[in-house]
Amino acid sequence: MPGLHKSEFTNPVVNWIDTRLPVFTMLTKEYAVFPTPRNFNYFWNFGALAMINLMIMIATGIFLAMNYTPNTLMAFDSVERIMRDVNYGWLLRYVHANGASMFFVVVYIHMFRSLYYGSYKAPRELLWMLGVVILLLMMATAFMGYVLPWGQMSYWGATVITNLFSAIPLVGDSIVTFLWGGFSVDNATLNRFFSLHYLLPFVITGVVFLHIVALHITGSNNPLGIDPKGPQDTLPFHPYYTIKDSVGIGVYLIVFAVLVFFAPNFLGHVDNYVPANPLVTPADVVPEWYFLPFYAILRSVPSKLGGVTLMFGAIAVLFVLPWLDTSPIRSARFRPIYRQLIFVLVAAIIVLGMVGGHPPQGIWVVLGRIATAYYFLHFLVILPLLGKLERPLPLPESISSPVIRKGGGPLPYGAAAAPMEKN
Amino acid sequence: MSASTHDAPMGAPHGEDIGKRDFLKLIAGAGAAVGLGALAWPLIDSMNPSSDVLALSSVELDIAPIPEGSGITIVWRGKPIFVRHRTAAEIKSARDVKLTELTEPAADKDRVKAGHEAWLVVIGICTHLGCVPLGNKPTDSRGDFGGWLCPCHGSQYDTSGRVRRGPAPINLPLPPYAFTSDTKIKIG
Amino acid sequence: MRLASLAVLGALALCTAAPAFAEDEIKLPEQIWSFDGAFGTYNRASAQRGFQVYKEVCSACHSIKEGYYRNLTGIGLSEEQIKAIAASVTIPTLNDDGQPAERPGLPSDHFRSPFPNERAARAANNGALPPDQSVIEKAREGGADYIHALLTGYAEPPADMKMAAGMNYNKYFPGHQIAMAQPIHDGQVTYSDGTTATVEQMALDVTTFLSFIANPEMEQRKQMGVKIVIFLALLTGVTYVVKRRVWSDVH
Repeated sequence: MPGLHKSEFTNPVVNWIDTRLPVFTMLTKEYAVFPTPRNFNYFWNFGALAMINLMIMIATGIFLAMNYTPNTLMAFDSVERIMRDVNYGWLLRYVHANGASMFFVVVYIHMFRSLYYGSYKAPRELLWMLGVVILLLMMATAFMGYVLPWGQMSYWGATVITNLFSAIPLVGDSIVTFLWGGFSVDNATLNRFFSLHYLLPFVITGVVFLHIVALHITGSNNPLGIDPKGPQDTLPFHPYYTIKDSVGIGVYLIVFAVLVFFAPNFLGHVDNYVPANPLVTPADVVPEWYFLPFYAILRSVPSKLGGVTLMFGAIAVLFVLPWLDTSPIRSARFRPIYRQLIFVLVAAIIVLGMVGGHPPQGIWVVLGRIATAYYFLHFLVILPLLGKLERPLPLPESISSPVIRKGGGPLPYGAAAAPMEKN
Repeated sequence: MSASTHDAPMGAPHGEDIGKRDFLKLIAGAGAAVGLGALAWPLIDSMNPSSDVLALSSVELDIAPIPEGSGITIVWRGKPIFVRHRTAAEIKSARDVKLTELTEPAADKDRVKAGHEAWLVVIGICTHLGCVPLGNKPTDSRGDFGGWLCPCHGSQYDTSGRVRRGPAPINLPLPPYAFTSDTKIKIG
Repeated sequence: MRLASLAVLGALALCTAAPAFAEDEIKLPEQIWSFDGAFGTYNRASAQRGFQVYKEVCSACHSIKEGYYRNLTGIGLSEEQIKAIAASVTIPTLNDDGQPAERPGLPSDHFRSPFPNERAARAANNGALPPDQSVIEKAREGGADYIHALLTGYAEPPADMKMAAGMNYNKYFPGHQIAMAQPIHDGQVTYSDGTTATVEQMALDVTTFLSFIANPEMEQRKQMGVKIVIFLALLTGVTYVVKRRVWSDVH
């Protein structure tokens, strides 16, 4: 018959389904025998970890929403009721709140992996850009979720961040009024934030799906940054990487559990346990830690529009990164200068994070400006030039023969069969 | 799927190793399954009644102020509960009925607590289609049998809360309750 | 690698040195609490004394809106004791005619608030609002240490400090001027268990109680946490061994 899939499964039930809807064939192809570079290190766990984290957030979120009330008069109390009266409500809420932090930890490391090993370069530009879209959606979701408990930080965070849009010339104020659904952050704002906070994770799930489709078309990058040349360079995804990912998931869950059970409020802010009060601003309004670097960039410019532009620009440069980096070499292992500068970038982002957590005074202003300058310099000036000026180290012949001859050139293929790289 | 079935380039491990590996795999797999189950339980249990709901699942009521011949309605677990202080005549009329005449035969003595025959406690929801019958307010009609009259489809209940006329199929149900003293009852 | 490690080290050093930059931060005296650490539990006797202090002193101005009388089972009070405690207060309600009335409290009632609303609370306290104590331990930097320090931190203001009218000097309150007068004094309550009610003792006790009412789930949370972390560590260990074996034919 036309269109029916020729299934190779012997189990009759599986075969019957697979003939009509070849999901089993697809799963086998994409997750069991999928040829994966044999030389991944543990940095390649973080995609799977982000996936698990997304599922944990959606699962806990659905059950939290069953008990949450999106009304300015009741939101704070309903969260406290979840903490005190709902069976395991405290667990759901602490997992969800700390899960947001864990999600950003995992995704930031995932992005560092991509920057260090050049995973964003051709042919994986779209894969990378979909990732940046996911990051943006995550930020919007996290921000709106933080507003829901209706504590002081919720309220003032929402006020400050929505006011960013007032920097837009001419229409800024109208946009802010539109976002609020009123003339200040109020019940209408809380309601729409709840609705969107529930919706966006499913949009993220959709983009994640595209991200994975794109990944399985280009195939994974690897620590050497060179393409696999044949079956000797790859392993089937299962069992090699399913088991390696499982180890990573175990370690990740331990860190997560320690946070949730022994320091559930460590990453939170005390002021969010004070109910929202539109008449009193807390002494220092700071966003959650994962937004601090961007917040620091915002404040490092003494102009409203300038700060907002720069902050959004910090993400916008990521979109065009595949074209800013002119070096054809992917992995930083073979780029002696880039390999150092990537850590300078990390240091600049850490400094920005600290600057964002302090009032913009004295030394913090100076540090913030230097780090902001480096951030943009790195992407807009250094990367385009470095690709032309840097002399890369010689690349290995293939993944399975990574040993470089002393003279600098790669070993002839075959001579390397004996000494395998240990990872 | 075990690793040895793949074209692993360095040759298969020898037999003893495979046995050990499969056993460990089994432990890891079982552990993961147990872990997943344990993860699911808090999610499921969060849908069970919460502490604040359970705390209201039993109510105590002081019945001393209810005069003979009248009744009150209180709310228990979101449902109306009728508490009626019956007169001697009402008790007698409830006990004199032949059980065979009833839609759902039930003796009055089985519908009240021994020693507290004056008190009738029933769930005030008509067993026909769930309306709340009239008869607790002094101005309400109590129907032909001195109990309650459902305004929706005219079911009538007697002074023991048994259905006597109309479409209701069974008697008004009894909530679980107990006398904690002569003037106090605890429902639930 | 030199530049790289230097940069990251520099950033981390800044991280640790950051508190030194901070504006004149007040150092809180650290206490050893029964509820500290992975195996911490609430000292029941102390928490019960603390509830007595709250009931007889603090509750004149401070509400615990999120707490219920039934929560007191968590500090070791029996159902009967809780019933009696709840019955000793009157709860505003409506009578059958819809008019305001009062009834005795039940274990299922929230702790009774001293004021019907925020305006009434401000009016009775010279315009200052006594903060709700439900989650105060989580809502203040320093948590339990801060509450204890605040309660024991009243002193004469330094000679060069100008106090605003109606304000009191406190060593640990941000800005040092607090509207609340020293709330507890030696011997202010009579503990039924014979403990001497010094300011220090009462501060410790009431802090234990307030930590409990802010985190009633803490004991269950930590007990679960210990089990779950051990379970995950074992499972991860086994998984790692399996991983080594699966990969043994690749290396």
